Amino acid sequence: MSTNPDALVVRDHNTLFKGPEYQEQRERKKQFEAGSSPAEVDRVAEWTRSWEYREKNFARKDLTINPLKACQPLGAVLAALGFAGTLPLVHGSQGCTSYFRGHLARHFKEPVPTVSSSMTEDSAVFGGLSNLIEALGTAVHVYKPDMVAVSTTCMAEVIGDDLQNFIANARTKGAISETIPVPYAHTPSFVGSHVLGYDNMLRGILSYLTEGKKGASNGTVNIVPGFDPYVGNIRELKRLLSLLGVKHAVLGDHSDSLDSPATGEYHMYPGGTPLAVAADSINAIATVFLQPFGSKRTRETVDGWAGETVTVNPPIGIGSTDAFITEIARVAGVAVPDEITAERGRLLDALTDSHAYVHGKRVAIAGDPDFVTGMLGFLLELGMEPVHVLATNGDETWANQTRELLAASPFGRQATVWPGKDGWHLRSLVLTEPVDLIVGATHLKHLAREADVPLFRAGFPIFDRHHLHRFPIYGYAGGLALLTQLVNLFLDELDRNAPDHSFDIVR
Amino acid sequence: MRQLAFYGKGGIGKSTTQQNTMAALAERGNRVMIVGCDPKADSTRLILHSKAQHTVIEKAAEKGSVEDLELEEVLLEGAWNIRCVESGGPEPGVGCAGRGVITAITFLEENGAYEDLDFVTYDVLGDVVCGGFAMPIRQGKAQEIYIVTSGEMMAMYAANNIARGILKYAHTGGVRLGGLICNSRQTDREDELIMELARRLNTQMIHFVPRDNIVQHAELRRMTVIEYSPEANQANEYRELARKIEENDMKTIPTPISMDELEELLIDFGIMEQEDESIVGQKAASAVGA
Repeated sequence: MSTNPDALVVRDHNTLFKGPEYQEQRERKKQFEAGSSPAEVDRVAEWTRSWEYREKNFARKDLTINPLKACQPLGAVLAALGFAGTLPLVHGSQGCTSYFRGHLARHFKEPVPTVSSSMTEDSAVFGGLSNLIEALGTAVHVYKPDMVAVSTTCMAEVIGDDLQNFIANARTKGAISETIPVPYAHTPSFVGSHVLGYDNMLRGILSYLTEGKKGASNGTVNIVPGFDPYVGNIRELKRLLSLLGVKHAVLGDHSDSLDSPATGEYHMYPGGTPLAVAADSINAIATVFLQPFGSKRTRETVDGWAGETVTVNPPIGIGSTDAFITEIARVAGVAVPDEITAERGRLLDALTDSHAYVHGKRVAIAGDPDFVTGMLGFLLELGMEPVHVLATNGDETWANQTRELLAASPFGRQATVWPGKDGWHLRSLVLTEPVDLIVGATHLKHLAREADVPLFRAGFPIFDRHHLHRFPIYGYAGGLALLTQLVNLFLDELDRNAPDHSFDIVR
Repeated sequence: MRQLAFYGKGGIGKSTTQQNTMAALAERGNRVMIVGCDPKADSTRLILHSKAQHTVIEKAAEKGSVEDLELEEVLLEGAWNIRCVESGGPEPGVGCAGRGVITAITFLEENGAYEDLDFVTYDVLGDVVCGGFAMPIRQGKAQEIYIVTSGEMMAMYAANNIARGILKYAHTGGVRLGGLICNSRQTDREDELIMELARRLNTQMIHFVPRDNIVQHAELRRMTVIEYSPEANQANEYRELARKIEENDMKTIPTPISMDELEELLIDFGIMEQEDESIVGQKAASAVGA
């Protein structure tokens, strides 16, 4: 607070509503609300924390509360932003596109150029053909993209709009040229999640760009990160591949599109994998997928290419990063340089420095399936004990693979894996079987507060902490960044709760 | 693999014609799959000898999500190992049947139902009513359409409407009209009329299926004629249709005609009287008085 007597007093959100005018207003409203007494509210709230309520909650069938996932077209927009000069076009009503732009902008703290075909009630009746033609024509004319990637929403899917046919019509009607690439993906919001939408759009883009491009091997290794909320991860992957001396192509690379420097000038398309590189990706010696769950569709297409297809878990922590580096070295026929071995050694050293503060801590983790799997590998390496493992958009196959991973470690034995469950299920789990830490995205903060445990923010979306996504969680460097945040979170807790005799200088 | 779709007015005999023809194609040694795209789910009963097959949408609703569904639960094999699937859909008056068709076909594609087949047929409800019912003729799906019709005016009207639907897709994809199948209602000069309609639509009448009660007898036993009475004349008619489809090399972009032209055609064939404009809108009494 400024001590200058002339400084303007701006009451922030925390203090504003504690003022008498708001307190009185709230009291006056109560007489119209016919609410229960505070004692009754407390009694019911307490009951919802019980085992009895947990059982009722898990018997719940026809209602989802706080699903920890977003919808397909959101992922499709991110996939499109991974390619140079590409404008995502969402075929649907404007509100959908506003949501995707807002959601991604809140996470990445960057503008998200995306356009909508602005469907309204009459498009629902007559079909969205004229909307899409006009949208394509206008978007290409005004925003001059090198490629437009079209995805769909609930409304377009329910009325059965056929993108292939519509886009071909836009060309014959002259709204867009015959040559501008317009890949597409049908991404009904009510099927799957943002992870599937990303996968569908990526497959659409790669199928489109690589058509008829089969030729001699180009000696490149393709890396497919999948829906990755960390631009730092993509940068770290590129750094590691350069250190290994491997010619590589990232499919797709949104690290510059969603993390561009402030130079005083706005560029609509600041990054992305060049379209020529994406087109030539069909001639790679190998394609390495970093998300077993989140890249299934794209992998089906890539399996038809000449090069080898390799799938590894997200390289979080030592074991998974080892597997990633080993596979890259194998398919590219290179040796691992000392510099990378040294990085690995430094992370190992740091783990031994910190392990006393993280070992044996009970953890609940939730998020996108591959993120959860990758993160679990690291938590187990730290000797932490996962108890609740949950992915709203995970399926039984993912759950079984995750169970195997957990069973292979002495620290994973007490964990239960919950595919398809939501944030309200997680609340029951955490409140009946308490943990020391929750790992997941911003939407878990209310639960963390109620359970009175720290939230380690990781995954997607993170709205309420800044810049985490700019740093990697992949590779040995990413492991070190994760460990630093994690151990310091525990040390902050330790200091906050320490009695005087134990408030030590050295931790 | 060839993919065919059967369209036509409701009640014209699409499902019966289709199942009998597919049975004949399978009898000739082809590997066949039938995809019923009608919420009534009656496109496979003659092959499976069942009342109605469990549909994709019904099973998905039961399991909570189509993602939890296994192919074996909805793909059944019937006579001549014909694979049968029904998309299913909502009760009349609620929901969206077109979306049911999209969901079912997407599910089949993603789960590898299209492997090792010579013929896939889609049996599609009535007229082309919305984007969902056009799903079977999207890129990569049915490339040949057969329209089942008869010499009745409304059946021909529907056939022309379907031709308009096909035209929408024909210029941007590979979908073509394979011909009209006349499922006889024993109206006057029916074969000539449908041949003339076919000519104007830039297609052919690929076969004239005569009316025969044996079809009903077979249906009561939930069987195709091919299976119920292999020696019957009617079985040979379906075999002939199957052969013509297998050897069909006339696949065209249709040229739908205007309503006026269609009415003229009916007048030419004596099915419709020349319209008397002076009586339009006149009440009985004033008409008499005049």
